[in-house]
Amino acid sequence: MSARRIFARPARFAAIAPYVWMVLFFLVPFAFVLKISLSQTAIAQPPYEPVFDLTAGWDALKAAFAALSIDNFRLLVSDDLYVFAYLRSLTVAVTSTVLLLLVGYPIAYGMARLPRRWQAVAMVLVIVPFWTSFLIRIYAWINILQHDGLLNQILLALHLVSQPVVWLSTDSAMYIGIVYSYLPFMILPLYATLAKMEPVLEEAASDLGAPPWQVFWLLTFPLSLPGVGAGVLLCFIPIVGEFVIPDLLAGSNSLMIGQTLWLEFFTNKDWPVASAAAIVLLVVLLLPLLLYERLQKRQLEQGR
Amino acid sequence: MRKVSRLSRFNIASLALGLAFLYLPILILVIYSFNASRLVTVWGGWSLRWYHEFFNDRAMIEAAWMSFRVAVSSATIATLLGTLAAVALSRGERFRGRTLFSGMLYAPLVMPEVITGLSLLLLFVALNAERGFWTVTIAHTTLTMCFVAVVVQSRLGSLDRSLEEAAMDLGCDPVRAFLSVTLPLIAPAIVAGWMLAFTLSLDDLVIASFTTGPGSATLPIRIYSEVRLGVKPEINAICTLVIALIAVVIVIASLASKLSSSQGESAAPL
Repeated sequence: MSARRIFARPARFAAIAPYVWMVLFFLVPFAFVLKISLSQTAIAQPPYEPVFDLTAGWDALKAAFAALSIDNFRLLVSDDLYVFAYLRSLTVAVTSTVLLLLVGYPIAYGMARLPRRWQAVAMVLVIVPFWTSFLIRIYAWINILQHDGLLNQILLALHLVSQPVVWLSTDSAMYIGIVYSYLPFMILPLYATLAKMEPVLEEAASDLGAPPWQVFWLLTFPLSLPGVGAGVLLCFIPIVGEFVIPDLLAGSNSLMIGQTLWLEFFTNKDWPVASAAAIVLLVVLLLPLLLYERLQKRQLEQGR
Repeated sequence: MRKVSRLSRFNIASLALGLAFLYLPILILVIYSFNASRLVTVWGGWSLRWYHEFFNDRAMIEAAWMSFRVAVSSATIATLLGTLAAVALSRGERFRGRTLFSGMLYAPLVMPEVITGLSLLLLFVALNAERGFWTVTIAHTTLTMCFVAVVVQSRLGSLDRSLEEAAMDLGCDPVRAFLSVTLPLIAPAIVAGWMLAFTLSLDDLVIASFTTGPGSATLPIRIYSEVRLGVKPEINAICTLVIALIAVVIVIASLASKLSSSQGESAAPL
């Protein structure tokens, strides 16, 4: 293709570099995960030999395919440890997402009802914590939640409790940490849809005699559903794979799948099983994504 | 006639509580970093003791330097690639594999980092690449360019295309029109994208843990291993320094966008 023709289609030209990069460092790695998840533990023990030796030709490729096995996936299904880890991840993600919705909605609603000028300020204030390191924010909570931390000091001083409460290494600490870390991801999409909504609608509904809860439940909430969907998705998927927050705040009595993966990989060095677990996780996460897309499509069609 | 007040007491209370929830923990951390006491929770007066300790901790300094270098290089590459990707997607005629392209760009935004990290590690192992600075940089670039693409794309989407078309009607070729008209207009978004990529890279623990080699830990990896062993006041000081650095970055970013938007306004009447 001559330079002239390339420049006549600048968009295609612009796509080349990022496209190649993403294929190399995003798509191709999954081929390796898939391949290693299908190999036997003994031959896949690190350090690895190159997986596909292309110079060896077809015979080597055939041999490689012959060595594929689904033992790792069988292990995942039969081993309670993994089944429980997946179930726990889903439970934690569902609970956290509901909590995030309950905490985030009033904040987003409050933001959307501010005067225009203050809305921008509030948005910056919500985004800034997202810019500060999340590890630091979790660490800040460790400071507060530990045995002689600020929370217990305050509770003791107010005589609300007679002795320090154990916060760290509990599920409540983990939920606090997750809600805290993901709150901006829930608030921003909610705010985006709520701010677009005409306040006149609510006024009209209330003029026609609807009590506030009816205005909210029959009008505001249904209209904000696209934002709810986006926020739920944006929080739910990463939380399922969350590793650091449960590791630092929840203790080690029951592991989420992210932690199990990490342990399998770094402590047990069983890379094939870890890869298989990652693929199952990926498939589990694709389901809500596809569901969301279908819902959105239906909404678009209804809108017409 | 009853009127729904636009800003009820409930709205104000939930906003105030929400912001307090977001900011108080960070504020407490910063205050306690100046605590003279060895016990993290007992206030022993103001002191710079833990900052001093940090600057004498060679391993921490090295990790911080590594993190900084990775953040600068990956943010720079990510900004280049992300901007190109945003241009391709928002100014794109249809091209082959466009759906796959946008899918690949959005997937890392929501994908659990454990999966991204694991897959990249397997790639690097298979390629027999020595793990360290470059592998972490590549990994961070892959993640952060998606964020840059989203930020730049939203700016491009809100831009009036007729400006570009006018330039082309006046004889600019598309590339020239892009460089002299579009690029200055989206510059604030590009700056914001770089800053976002920089802070994301500085922040990342999971992907860095998978893609780095022995002896080249980043700051979050170091902090994480310290925190797992128990709370140390020195960590408060390091965290405060990181927060300060990020605050400076945010201020620069917002100044840059303010500057260019006021330039845009003054240029508009001409």
